[in-house]
Formats: sequence, C-alpha cells, structure tokens
Amino acid sequence: MSPKTLYDKIWDAHVAHEADDGTCLLYIDRHLVHEVTSPQAFEGLRMAGRPVRAPEKTIAVPDHNVPTTADRVNGIENPESRIQVEALDKNAKDFGIHYYPVHDVRQGIVHIVGPEQGWTLPGMTVVCGDSHTATHGAFGALAHGIGTSEVEHVLATQTLIQKKSKNMKVEITGKLQPGVTAKDITLAVIGETGTAGGTGYVIEYCGEAIRDLSMEGRMTVCNMAIEGGARAGLIAPDETTFEYVKGRPHAPKGAQWEAALNWWKTLYTDEDAHFDKVITLRGEDIAPVVTWGTSPEDVLPITATVPHPEDFEGGKVDAARRSIEYMGLEAGQKLSDVEIDTVFIGSCTNGRIEDLRAAAEILKGKKIKDGIRAMIVPGSGLVRAQAEEEGLAEIFKEAGFEWRLAGCSMCLAMNPDQLQPGERCAATSNRNFEGRQGRGGRTHLLSPAMAAAAALTGRLTDVRELM
Amino acid sequence: MEKFDKVHGVAAPMPLINIDTDMIIPKVHLKTIKRSGLGVVLFDEMRYHDHGGENEEFILNKPAYRNTEILVAGDNFGCGSSREHAPWAIKDFGIKVVISTSFADIFFNNCFKNGILPIVVAEEHHVVLMDDAHKGENARMTVHLEDQQITTSDGVVIEFEVDPHRKHCLLNGLDDIGLTMEKNHHIDKFEDHASQARPWV
Repeated sequence: MSPKTLYDKIWDAHVAHEADDGTCLLYIDRHLVHEVTSPQAFEGLRMAGRPVRAPEKTIAVPDHNVPTTADRVNGIENPESRIQVEALDKNAKDFGIHYYPVHDVRQGIVHIVGPEQGWTLPGMTVVCGDSHTATHGAFGALAHGIGTSEVEHVLATQTLIQKKSKNMKVEITGKLQPGVTAKDITLAVIGETGTAGGTGYVIEYCGEAIRDLSMEGRMTVCNMAIEGGARAGLIAPDETTFEYVKGRPHAPKGAQWEAALNWWKTLYTDEDAHFDKVITLRGEDIAPVVTWGTSPEDVLPITATVPHPEDFEGGKVDAARRSIEYMGLEAGQKLSDVEIDTVFIGSCTNGRIEDLRAAAEILKGKKIKDGIRAMIVPGSGLVRAQAEEEGLAEIFKEAGFEWRLAGCSMCLAMNPDQLQPGERCAATSNRNFEGRQGRGGRTHLLSPAMAAAAALTGRLTDVRELM
Repeated sequence: MEKFDKVHGVAAPMPLINIDTDMIIPKVHLKTIKRSGLGVVLFDEMRYHDHGGENEEFILNKPAYRNTEILVAGDNFGCGSSREHAPWAIKDFGIKVVISTSFADIFFNNCFKNGILPIVVAEEHHVVLMDDAHKGENARMTVHLEDQQITTSDGVVIEFEVDPHRKHCLLNGLDDIGLTMEKNHHIDKFEDHASQARPWV
C-alpha cells in the first residue's frame, strides 16, 4: 500500500461514494450550527419537507449575535439579532438537534464549545457554516467551513459533495523563543505563504514547535489555516490530544474509548508520504508579530517598521497603499510607536483558558493605560467560570478590563461590541479586513500576551519588554 | 435553480487583490433570515459614503457599469468568511460571472450553489479581460459555458476550464440535494459500515 498522509487517511475513511470523475460524497461525522448561516438552510428543509438526517450528529449554539454584557439575561435588544437567535432556538427544537441556548453555562463560540464538550474527536469529519471550523483540525479531524447551501446539504444528507484537495506540509522546527506563542506561529506562516498560498490545499502542521503546543495552542494554529487560504489545517493526534479529550462529556468511554484510541493512534502521516507543497520555518526565527495592514498576510515582527508600498510587487503595491491609508499609518513608522484606543482579547482564535492565562500573566498587579477601552470576552461560559475560579477574572477587572460573557463579540462586530470609525484596536482575533470590527475601524492582530502589553502601554508593544 | 447558459453583458473591472467577503457584504447585513434582496448592499462600504449616499467613484455606481453582469476581479477574490450572503448579494445585483486569477475555496463553492459561474484564468488572459472591462458599457463580453469560452468586445476568444460535474449542474439548473438523495443507498451502506468500524462517533 502506498504511504498516506494524515489527510489521505481521514478522507479515505469517509468517502461514501466516488463518481468516475473523482467527485465524492464525503460523510460528515459532526455538523456544528450557529444562528447566522443556518436560518436559510432550515427554511430550505421545511420548504422541501425534508428532515435532518442525523440530528444526533448535529450541534447548535448561538454565538455571533449574542450580546456579551450582563444585561443579556433580559433578552437581545437588536431586533434582527434577536430574530436570528430565536430562529435557531426554534430550529433546534423542531429538528431535534443538540442545543446550547444563550442562558446555558456551556454556551459560547461554536469552535470552542465543540472541543470542550468532546463533540470534536480525532479522525472525524467536522463542518460548520463558518470558515473558522478549521480550528477543530487541532485534534486531527478534517474540519472546514461551508456555505449555507452546503449546511442544508449536510442537514439533509449528512454528506458533502467534494473533490479532494492537495496535501501541504507546514513544519515548524525547534523551540519557540520566550514571548512567542501559537498565534505568532500561525501569523508568521500566513506572512510566509500569503492569504492565497494555501488555496486548494489541506495543511498538516508538524515539527517540534507544534508538538510542544497544548491543545489550546494547536487550535489557535489550525484556526487560521483559512486565513492562509487552505481548506483545512490538521495536526496529528498524540498523547496531548488524548489527554485533552478523555473524560469530556461526549468523548467515548470504557471499551469504546479503548477502541477509539487504537484507531486514533494510526492517524499520522506515513513515512515517505507525498506532499504537493512543503513550507518549513525555524521556531527560533519566529518573533512576536503584529499585522500592519488589512490582510492577515500583512505580518511583521513588532520590532519592524510599516513597509513602503513600493517594497511589494504586482497587485500588492496598490493593495498595500490602500491598506496603509485605511490604517492611518505612515510608511517607515515604527510599529511599536503605533498608539491604540481599544484592546480585544477573545474569539475562536484566542478565547480559551490558556489565552486568558497568558494575558493575566502580563496584567497581574498592573493597570491599563488611561483612556484605553479593553475587554476580555471568554470563548465559552465554561472558560469564563474557570477563569473566575483561577482568579484571572479579578486580575483583569483590577487592571481595568471589562469582563464579558461568552460570544464572538468584537471579532466580527455583529453584536453591539464594535469599533467606531478611525478607532484602532489591538485584537487577538483572526481578521484585520477593512471594517471587520466596525465600519472604519482599524485592527492589528496579535497574541493575547501582546494584546495585554498593548493595553498597559497604550501602543503596540513588544511583550518581551514586560516579561 | 435557474439554468445557466450564456451571458452577454457589461463587464466591470475591480483590479484590487484580496477582495474579502467583508468587503462584498459587511456583517451588518448578515442578520437576515432570507436569501433575497441583498443586491442593494453589495460592496456596501465601498459603494456608499459613511453618511449615506452613493460614492460616485465606485465602479458599479458609474453609469456605464450599473448593469454589470460580469465582474473581472483581482487575485484571491472572496477570501475570508464562509458567508453565502456574498454570492447571494452578487447574484441579486445581477452579476452572473466572476473572473479572476484565483478565488478563495469556500466562496468558489458557494458561487456554483447559486448559479454564479466563477472562472479562473491565467495572468496573461486576465490582463486582456481587465483591459476590456475598462471600456465601459459599449464593450460587452460574452461568456459561453457550454463551449467554455469568453469572447471580449474585440472578438478575442479565451477558453476556460470548469469542473465537468459543476458545469453539468449549472447548465441544467440541478439541485445538489436532490442529486445526492438519489445516492441515499450509498449513504445508508456507509453508515452501516461506519457504525461497526467507529461506533463511538
């Protein structure tokens, strides 16, 4: 048998039908659903009189629209947001799918809730009408975002019509330097490949620096595979993975755990398996990074300066000029001189307990700079509860951060948490597109520790100076 | 779905690279529970001023391009989120074909589900098409799916590739779910097998 990559193995285990031209029906083990991309899909089912084929494999949670302030117990004020969340309440009930409503302590960002509850397991196929479904690849699950038509297709048939992607290996060798995190790895990779570098590929991340990461860190890395254009990112499961999964509410138990473990241990890329593209970065070479522009590929070490548009080639010259103007920066300006108004720590990229611990370590016993608006939005109600138990919430509140309830919040600003035009935010989220955090808002992507450092100084800051 | 055959219409140039789905349709317009009516907010933040009113400089607001049916766009068009609101807005505006040197994966898939043809062309052909699109409303392009050909207003013919299954579905207006349900026995068989092999799923 020819050697296979991890992607090949998961793919082969899920092909329900293959047509002569290579078009496959890929069976889906877990379908995660949120309120923004699903209403039209459920409406389609109703109109066609179709049931959900596998409601027991379908999990829904509202996250994009939900307010994160304490008054949300009184209901959602924005009528459109409320209608979307109510539609999900009704659809979950009518179609009999697992549901974590707004008031449930387990509610949170769908990509944090899935792993936390043990719905996401190694070797699975996982989809969701959300591009950051790539997050679940951290478990060695083939996980990717789909559009609403495909959401309806999966609800009705538990399959997707797919053609196989190509294999890409991203290896991070050696150890990371102090102050460098999973977020810096994933941004540095996108800086290297560009946002279209992964188009047509599924990425497998490997190497010592990846192996050394916790599950939280691995989720951060895979989360942004989509920003590199890849369909999905994968990390082979190992003891770190099994340890994380064991005992979670929906993880297998007893004899089934043993059977699952036996299969999961076969989920790695065989020696000599073929990759169509290989990227290698040295862990030692990765610095704490920030983005300067309006594309996630606009990544530079915090010690660098804003580039000149002429430094680029082709269409990127105009794009860089537009970005620098939108961001209100000057070419040649030191990134560490850029002053910010807002700090956002949260999102499916960096809203897990480890992210909060990293921020708390920098903030402990300190106060944020006067005039800075800073908020921490835990990724789930359970992350929030754990942070309170560990005393992190107190550190944040004493430092001057707002301590919020769980949701997507200012990552995409569909709820009331938004930037005003011209406001500049140090954000641990995943996209710095024009208007992403609010019309006219300016976003610099960075790690939770770097975001905490920026909150203390009021400017983009090299976290290593505060360690 | 409507059958897709041939489009003969105005092509608009949008050479900016990395046009993301937040640019195509910002999140404030994702709160709908319907698929229709999003054309008016297509490219919202570029198309309208902050205080309201149309930005006359934006390509689709120029008189020559108000009836654009073909978009010639810069590299990596549609990157970012999976929101199908992006192709819904494009379709509702009246655009049926988007041409670029590359597309983001999810956006590319979403187009086909909505009767939009995304076409990937080589850099050298992209330059020709972008030039042609700059000529305004008197320069109409033709996109013929059956023959897989784009004809510029000057009569230059450029051939393009399209996945045969997707071409078949577009040409015949076929519904994916209906097609897959014809293979239900394969899915049943897979489930039987998988429940033995991986009972914990």
